[in-house]
Amino acid sequence: MSEIKISRTIDARGSFCPGPLMELIRAVKEAQVGEVIEVLSSDQGSKHDIPLWVSKAGHTLLSINDKEGYTSFIVKKAR
Amino acid sequence: MKNVVILGGGVGGTIVANITSRKLKKDANVTLIDKSGKHIYQPGFVYVAFGDEQIRNIVRDEHSLLNNNVNLITKEATKIDPKNRKVLLDDGESLDYDYLVIATGSRIVPEEVKGLKEGAYHFYEAEAAEKLRQALKSFTGGKIVVGVGGLPYKCPPAPAEAACQLDYYFEKRGIRDKVQIEFLSPLPRVFPLEAVNPFVTKIFEEKKIAYHTFFNVDYVDPEVKKVYSLEGEAMDYDLLILVPPHRGAKVIEESGLGDRGGWVPTDKYTLKAKGFDDIYVVGDATDIPISKAGATAHYEAKIVADNIINQITGIGDLKHYDGKVRCFCDAGFNRGISLSFDYTHPPKPPSKLTFSAYLGKVILNKMYWWTIPSGRF
Ligand SMILES: Cc1cc2nc3c(=O)[nH]c(=O)nc-3n(C[C@H](O)[C@H](O)[C@H](O)COP(=O)(O)OP(=O)(O)OC[C@H]3O[C@@H](n4cnc5c(N)ncnc54)[C@H](O)[C@@H]3O)c2cc1C
Repeated sequence: MSEIKISRTIDARGSFCPGPLMELIRAVKEAQVGEVIEVLSSDQGSKHDIPLWVSKAGHTLLSINDKEGYTSFIVKKAR
Repeated sequence: MKNVVILGGGVGGTIVANITSRKLKKDANVTLIDKSGKHIYQPGFVYVAFGDEQIRNIVRDEHSLLNNNVNLITKEATKIDPKNRKVLLDDGESLDYDYLVIATGSRIVPEEVKGLKEGAYHFYEAEAAEKLRQALKSFTGGKIVVGVGGLPYKCPPAPAEAACQLDYYFEKRGIRDKVQIEFLSPLPRVFPLEAVNPFVTKIFEEKKIAYHTFFNVDYVDPEVKKVYSLEGEAMDYDLLILVPPHRGAKVIEESGLGDRGGWVPTDKYTLKAKGFDDIYVVGDATDIPISKAGATAHYEAKIVADNIINQITGIGDLKHYDGKVRCFCDAGFNRGISLSFDYTHPPKPPSKLTFSAYLGKVILNKMYWWTIPSGRF
């Protein structure tokens, strides 16, 4: 598998939902189609909200990784 | 003597100027640069649009809110030069600083959403709030759609507050049954703060405010009176109210100090601009992912003022901002909710709308002109 090139990482740790999701929506709007964005969130709600939005908006969730005290979401702008 | 230069005379800048000038009388010259010289109480725009507040009652001269020993310069800053510790002004002059506070707030950019300027009203500036008031006055029935044109925007509860104010406004006019209110939320819920969302959703249902979630505005077509979402949906309207997208101040962008949205990367605890020991950021201008609100700017300003005082006097340690925010939301009918939270404590869900929370907002509307000069809250 080719390595994913992350064009931007948003560190939204310490921010309550919807902070991380709002940051992601903003970043996706600003990004070009095909760009990959990573969001770091320590809010549990993000695990529900972020995949839901990504699927509704027609983008691709490349990965969700639990790290120590936070989760990393990697999203590709698909349209 | 050190030179403390504060850029922007809104909530954050005014408080920092007043506290530092009071406590550093012998150690620093405090200068505040503001492009308008006028201080506007922005939460008052809600009452201009949906109530009977007059703009003249929510504006004061910045000068009247500042300590005598703050030097006020009414000019626009055009560039920050951190290398040479200078701020350039629109008349070609420049100011040297030892410590700089960026308090330039946010700027609305309706032009970033196609059709928004032509097709939608808003209440995020004085003139726009007046225009909306006139439009509502002549509205006799139909569908009003309230939403958000872009993220982030200041005062996250304001759109929900606006929907409740519309309900109250048309009830008072006796034509509530002729007005359909539809709320578009960019998020998977009605209210930004998750803990408070079930309560606000219940209030919307009681007030017969219909809602649609995950509706992030893509563009507006005023010809066919429709608003379209990034998620691929469309909604028609008779009157559209959209909070315009926001960006950081132009001077931040032109100085290369902002991120893609023009917000300054800021340490969320010390409130120093990342990578600088002599630049602080306060209020809406930061990139910290918490509510852009007057209350946030107010609490941050006290930390920034203390940290500058500590750095100049060499007394004490750097203080940390804990993310504290407190706000009151007016739900109409003399009822409201109050919320407070910080980085580690989410807000407690309210159990009902109360008169005391509404009163809190009314008192704050008046007390503001005392809290800003004193920095107390
Ligand atoms: C409709 C509405 C309702 C709101 N309701 C609430 C509420 O209920 N509770 C709450 O807490 N908050 C509320 N807010 C948000 C609140 O008003 C802002 O978050 C707050 O004013 C931010 O403070 P600040 O100091 O960061 O910026 P501001 O208060 O916006 O001040 C920025 C200042 O910088 C100046 N400036 C900008 N660029 C330059 C430059 N280049 N040179 C010189 N000067 C410059 C501007 O002239 C301005 O005076 C509301 C806002 C709106 C619009």
